[in-house]
Amino acid sequence: MRDETSLNPPVSIQDGHGGIEKKLTGIPRRSQLALLVAPSALWLIILLVLPLITMIGLSFQKSAFGPDSEVFTFASYLNFWQNSAYQSLLGKSLWISLVVAGLSILLAYPVAYFLAFHAGDKQSLLLNIMIIPAWTSFLLRVLAWRLILGSNGLINTFLMWLGVIQEPISGLFYSVNAVIITLVYIWIPFAALPIYVALLRIEPGLLEAASDLGAKPWQGFFKVTLPLSIPGILAAFLYVFIPTVGEYVTPALVGGPNGLMIGNIIWDQFMRGLDWPMGATLSLVVMLIVLLPLVFMAKAAQQTGLFGGKSE
Amino acid sequence: MNKPQISIFGSVYFVLMAIFLYLPIFILIVFSFNDSTVLAFPLKGFTLDWYRQLGNARELLISARNSVWVGVLSSLLAVLMGSLAAIAMTKRHMPGRNIFLSLASVPLVMPSIVLGVAVLVFFRKVLGLELNMWLIAAAHVLISIPSTILIVMARLADFSANLEEAAMDLGANYWMTLIKVTLPISFPALVAAFLTAFTTSFDEYAMTTLITGTDTTLPVYLYSLLRFPRRLPVAVAMGSIIMIVSAVLVVLAEWLRRWGTARTPKEERV
Repeated sequence: MRDETSLNPPVSIQDGHGGIEKKLTGIPRRSQLALLVAPSALWLIILLVLPLITMIGLSFQKSAFGPDSEVFTFASYLNFWQNSAYQSLLGKSLWISLVVAGLSILLAYPVAYFLAFHAGDKQSLLLNIMIIPAWTSFLLRVLAWRLILGSNGLINTFLMWLGVIQEPISGLFYSVNAVIITLVYIWIPFAALPIYVALLRIEPGLLEAASDLGAKPWQGFFKVTLPLSIPGILAAFLYVFIPTVGEYVTPALVGGPNGLMIGNIIWDQFMRGLDWPMGATLSLVVMLIVLLPLVFMAKAAQQTGLFGGKSE
Repeated sequence: MNKPQISIFGSVYFVLMAIFLYLPIFILIVFSFNDSTVLAFPLKGFTLDWYRQLGNARELLISARNSVWVGVLSSLLAVLMGSLAAIAMTKRHMPGRNIFLSLASVPLVMPSIVLGVAVLVFFRKVLGLELNMWLIAAAHVLISIPSTILIVMARLADFSANLEEAAMDLGANYWMTLIKVTLPISFPALVAAFLTAFTTSFDEYAMTTLITGTDTTLPVYLYSLLRFPRRLPVAVAMGSIIMIVSAVLVVLAEWLRRWGTARTPKEERV
């Protein structure tokens, strides 16, 4: 019995299962299967479902601790609704996430294309070369970009040595640009993977057919390859967009005051300002914004069979 | 497009991209040998001092030990629980299969900050617990369960259920089949899942920092060092070692995954 899963695309679906296995005594009963799932399910409920429910409750409290914590109020939501600072910060975070996701996909696509179609027998080696940086310390790689973009960093030192500039370029560091550059750098391997997988699934025969029918290579790309790789592009988009919306470490390290994102405010509410209800409200807003496109895409995928899943 | 053609543009682009991806890592490693406490250009000269000082950097070593402890414990638990769930998920008559899979993928799509504050609020406010290493490990189990389930499910989808059925044909009950057939077959995936989980846990900062009490993990400690630039070069030396070790782990995990997959055709013929 081969099996497709909602997270992994089906390898191939064979029918006719169940014929033989029903007769076997060793076929797991439902209770046995439930026993296998129970530990994970319990863990997910205790550490994910209950905490999220707590957060929803907290967002309606007047204060996290003390007698005021008994008071039910919409104050945090009203505050979010009226405070344009929160909204513009959220807008900026979404904008940064969109730009980062777009740039990552744009830069990663040629790499994925090269790996899928032109890498030959070196494919898996080159793929590993791409992926390894993604697994090394996130914090240290962000720190490295401080060394590259900073006023005494690699770029400024190099340009001054060349004599192109006299003074360090100040716009490079502690800016939105620095956040975007660093995050794009972080996400390129993650964006390349799903696109690569989608490209691998394209039947070579389709491109041959296109070329037999007189399509030029670029026409073949735009009419065949690109449309068929859309599931990979969407998966890459989600891979990058979702974690970037809530990102706060990179802005804190390279963003400076102008490069802060909504995640930094949430962090402040919990670790400094101690307005936990407000922090909970902002977290829930971020969560909704992340989950909505996800649900939307999942729905679209079910209807069109388009979305190949978020597999590697 | 049947045969791979040589693509000059593609090759050049790939090389440029590889340089882009490795340059920052390379720069960090260079700075770990730089004879200056200031992490800035120009470079001052070669030294091994930072690596020598590593032995005396007590807090750094303690936090590294904490990270290893959290990583091993959380990865073992995640692999244990996740793989059992993954095995059940390959059975289509599993009740509530889709609900569980959706729930289990939530940690993958939840921004770390949201996950972190949710767990923080739950631990501190609802349970009234003091933050400690056990709670960090518990939270790391949560973020590693999804990847374990994905890796083990992919492995089990690769081999047809023939082997399980054969064992059952021969009279094995389900638990026997599980221990004698399914788990051994999943073994490469279990190791790959463990390494993936460990690497994730070892590097996790964004969520961990929110639930860190007095005992810190390595990433949390490294971050705190950013405020004390003079001790930073030692941290960079440590980081260089970690980067190389984690690169080796990744290659190992990948190799195991492929090794497992490559064996599939043989098993199908059995």
